[in-house]
Amino acid sequence: MFDDSNVIVGLEIGTSKVCAVVGELNEDGGLNITGVGQSRSRGVRKGEVVDPAQAEEDVRNAIVAAEHMADVEIRNVYLGVTGGHVRGFNNRGVHPVVSADREISSDDVQDVVKNAKAINLPTENNIVHAIRQHFFVDGHDHVTNPIGMLGSRLEVDVHVVHGNTNRLQNAIRLVRGLQLQVDEIVFNGLAASLALLSSEQKELGALVIDIGGGTTDYVVYVGGVIKHTGVLAIGGDHVSNDLAYGLKVRLSRAEKLKLEHGSAIADEAAKGQTITITNELGMPLKTVNVEHLQRIMSLRVEEIFQLIEQDLESAGLCNYLRAGVFITGGGARIPHVARLAERVLQMPASLGQTNSVSGLKSALDQPEFAAAIGLVRFGSFKNRKREGKTSFTQGIKGVFGKLLQRA
Amino acid sequence: MKTKTESATALLEPREPAGRPVVKIFGVGGAGVSLLDALSREEFAGVEFAAVNTDASSLAASSAPVKIHLENKLLRGLGTGGDPERGRALAEEHFLALKGACEGANVILMLAGLGGGAGSGICPVLARAAKETGALVLAFVTLPFACEGNRRQHQAQHGLERLKTFADGVICLPGQKAFKLIDDNTSVLDTFRITGGLLAEGVRGVWRLLTRPGLIQIHFDDLCALVRDRHSESVFAFVEAGGPARSHEAIEKLLAHPLLDQGRALADADAVLVSLMGGKDLTMGEVNRVMEQISRHCEHAQIIMGAAVDAEMKNHLSVTLIAGRNASAQSAPVPAAAQPEHARRHGGISGTPAHAFPTAPQLSLEQREQAVTRHAHRPRKGGDKMLQAQLPLAIVSKGRFDKSEPTIYKGEDLDIPTYIRRGVPLN
Repeated sequence: MFDDSNVIVGLEIGTSKVCAVVGELNEDGGLNITGVGQSRSRGVRKGEVVDPAQAEEDVRNAIVAAEHMADVEIRNVYLGVTGGHVRGFNNRGVHPVVSADREISSDDVQDVVKNAKAINLPTENNIVHAIRQHFFVDGHDHVTNPIGMLGSRLEVDVHVVHGNTNRLQNAIRLVRGLQLQVDEIVFNGLAASLALLSSEQKELGALVIDIGGGTTDYVVYVGGVIKHTGVLAIGGDHVSNDLAYGLKVRLSRAEKLKLEHGSAIADEAAKGQTITITNELGMPLKTVNVEHLQRIMSLRVEEIFQLIEQDLESAGLCNYLRAGVFITGGGARIPHVARLAERVLQMPASLGQTNSVSGLKSALDQPEFAAAIGLVRFGSFKNRKREGKTSFTQGIKGVFGKLLQRA
Repeated sequence: MKTKTESATALLEPREPAGRPVVKIFGVGGAGVSLLDALSREEFAGVEFAAVNTDASSLAASSAPVKIHLENKLLRGLGTGGDPERGRALAEEHFLALKGACEGANVILMLAGLGGGAGSGICPVLARAAKETGALVLAFVTLPFACEGNRRQHQAQHGLERLKTFADGVICLPGQKAFKLIDDNTSVLDTFRITGGLLAEGVRGVWRLLTRPGLIQIHFDDLCALVRDRHSESVFAFVEAGGPARSHEAIEKLLAHPLLDQGRALADADAVLVSLMGGKDLTMGEVNRVMEQISRHCEHAQIIMGAAVDAEMKNHLSVTLIAGRNASAQSAPVPAAAQPEHARRHGGISGTPAHAFPTAPQLSLEQREQAVTRHAHRPRKGGDKMLQAQLPLAIVSKGRFDKSEPTIYKGEDLDIPTYIRRGVPLN
C-alpha cells in the first residue's frame, strides 16, 4: 500500500465538480484505473478558483473519496489547469549546425529547442507546456529525430501553452495546502486529448473539444503532433445561466431543466410542448416552453462551436482534421451535440471514448472524467520516461518546475 | 598592455584622418559630475574628462582633471537653486569657456542628470558649444524619479527638449526604470549607484564602439541616427560573457537584462544597434548566433550591426545593444531623402515604411512634450477628451457571472445569453 511509485493521481478542479482519478501502472506498462473520487465544486468559476476555502474543502472530499475507493494514500497529484487566460501558440527555433562534419549532435538539438522556447511572454505569464512538434533539417520537413543526420540548419517547431502565473498558482497553492505534492500541472484540454485519441487519430488529424462546466478547452492534432490549443471561458454554466435568464427560473431549476429537457438541436417534436414546474407540494408554479428552452440552449452550444471554427479557420487547420471532432466533458452529454458539431464544423463528429486504459468501467464511460483520466495518462508517460523508456512525452516537457517550487 | 599604450597615443593625436576619434567626456551638474567620477580612468585611456558645475563644493570633490566652474557673484558659489533658467544664463555667460573646453574633440559625450538646475540648464548650452566646434555630441542623461515631484519632471522634459535640438543624440534613462532593479530594501545610495552604473555601462559600450577597430564598422552617425528622436524610449544594455559557451551566455544575459524587460523592449523596438566585441578568437558562428537570436526578438526593427576585435579581450565576448522606439505611436512617413540610405542598408531592397528608419516627425513643441510625457507615465494635465460611452437600452443581468471576470471575445461579452446578443425572439 505504501509503495506508491506506480500510483498516479490526476486531479481536476473543475467548475462544476472536482474529481480525482487514481491509476496504477501494471508490470507491462498498461494503465489501470482503480479509483475515482468526486465532489461538487463550489469555489470555482470559469475554470478558475474564486473561493479558495470552499474549493479546498471540495478537493479534500474528492481526494478522500478516491483514496477510499482505490485503497491508497494519495501524496502526489498531476493537476489539471484551465481558464480563459490559458493560450497556445506555435514558435519556431533555429540553430545553425557549426560542427565541421555537419553532423547534428544532441547538443544541437538541445540548443534548437532552447531557442524555440525563448519567447516574448508578458512578464505575468508563465509557460505551462512547450511541446515539441517536428524538426526541420535544412528546410526538410517532418524529421522526428535529427541526431546523427547531416545538415547545416536545424529548426524545430514547438507549441507553447502559457497562462497567467498568479492564476495558475492559485490552484497549485490550494492543493499544496492539503499537504499534497503537485507533480506537474497539465492543461486540461491536452489531458483530455491524451485520454481519447489513439496515435492513429493523432496522425490523421483530430480536434478534441472538452466542454466543461466553466470552460471549453480544445486541442488540435495534425500529423501526430499538437498544432493548436485554445480555451473559451464558456461552458455548461453559461447554458444554465442563459436558461435561468431566458425562462425566468432559478439557476438550480435551470440546471435541472437543462439536464432533463436540454438539446443541442431544437427538436421539431418540442414545438408547443410545455413543462409545468411544481413546488415541493406538487402545486404548479410556472409553465416553461420546451421549444424556448432548446432554442436558447442550441444557440449557446452552436456559438461555442462557431467560435472554435473561426479560430481554426484563422489558424488554417480546418482541412487537416481527417479523423474529425471528438467531444468530451460534461457537454458531451447534451443530446445531439455531435450532430450540431458536425453541422457547424463540417467534419465527422463523435463523442470521445477513453482508449487503451482499463479499470473501472463506470469511470471510463463518463465523458466528465476524460480530462482527469488524461491527467493520469500524462503521469504514466512521465513515469515511464523516468524509467528511461522512450515515449511520446519526451516531447512534452514540463517547464513548470520553477513555478512549482515557488508556490 | 603594449597595445593599450599604443592606442592611447593614437588617440591623443587630434584629427588624424584614419585614426580614431578624439573623445571628451563631460559631466554636467551634480549628478553628472558624480557619474563622471564613477567612470574608471584606466579604461578610458586617452579620453579627456571634464567636470562642469555651478556648485563649487561638488567640483572640489571631483577627481576630473578639467573643472569648469560656472559662477557668478550673485550666486556666491551656491549653485543654481534648482532653476534651469539660472543654469542656462550662467552657461551662456561662460559660453566661450565651454567652447574652449570642447575644442579639439571629434566626439563629446555628456553625462548629466536632468531635472535640477545645472543639468537641465547647462547641458543644452554645452551641446551647442560643442556643435559649434564641429564635434558630434551624444548625451547620456537620467530623468528624475516620479517621486521627485512634478516640477523636476517638467524641468527635465524641457531640458531634454532643448538638449535634443543641439545634441546629435540623447540616450535617456528614466530613473523610474531603476525600480525594476531594486527591491524594498535597497538603499537610496545603492539605487543611485545602480542607475549610475547603467549609464556608465552605456558610455563604456559607446566608447568601445568608437575606438576599437571594427571589422564591421558602426559609424558614429549610425548611432546618432538611431538615438535621435527616440530619446524617451531608447534602452541600452551591455553584457559580457566568457568561456566556450560565451555566445549563449551573452544572449541569455542580454535577454535577462532588466532594462530590456525580458526581451520585450526588443520586440517593441523599431531600430536596434548591436555591437559585438571579442578577442581574436571571435568566430563568425558566434556572431551569427547572437545576431540570429537578437533579430528573432525584434522582427520589426531595423538592425545595425557591428563587430570588432580587441586583442586584449581573450575568451570574452561583449555585446552592446541600443534599442530605440519611436516615441510617437505611428511611425512617421519616410521622406524621400531618407530612402536611399535605407535602401543601401538593406542591400537594395527597400522595406515597407513601417520598417524603415523614420525621421523626426514634424511636431510642435507641445506635441512632442505630450508624446514624451505619455511615455514617462505621468498624468497629463489637460487629459484626453473622454468619449461618453453609450449604455445599452436593456440592461442584461449576467446572473451567475455578474461578479466574475467577463468573457470578452472580439468585443462581445459572451456571458450575456447568445439569443439576446443575436436578437433571436422567443415566441
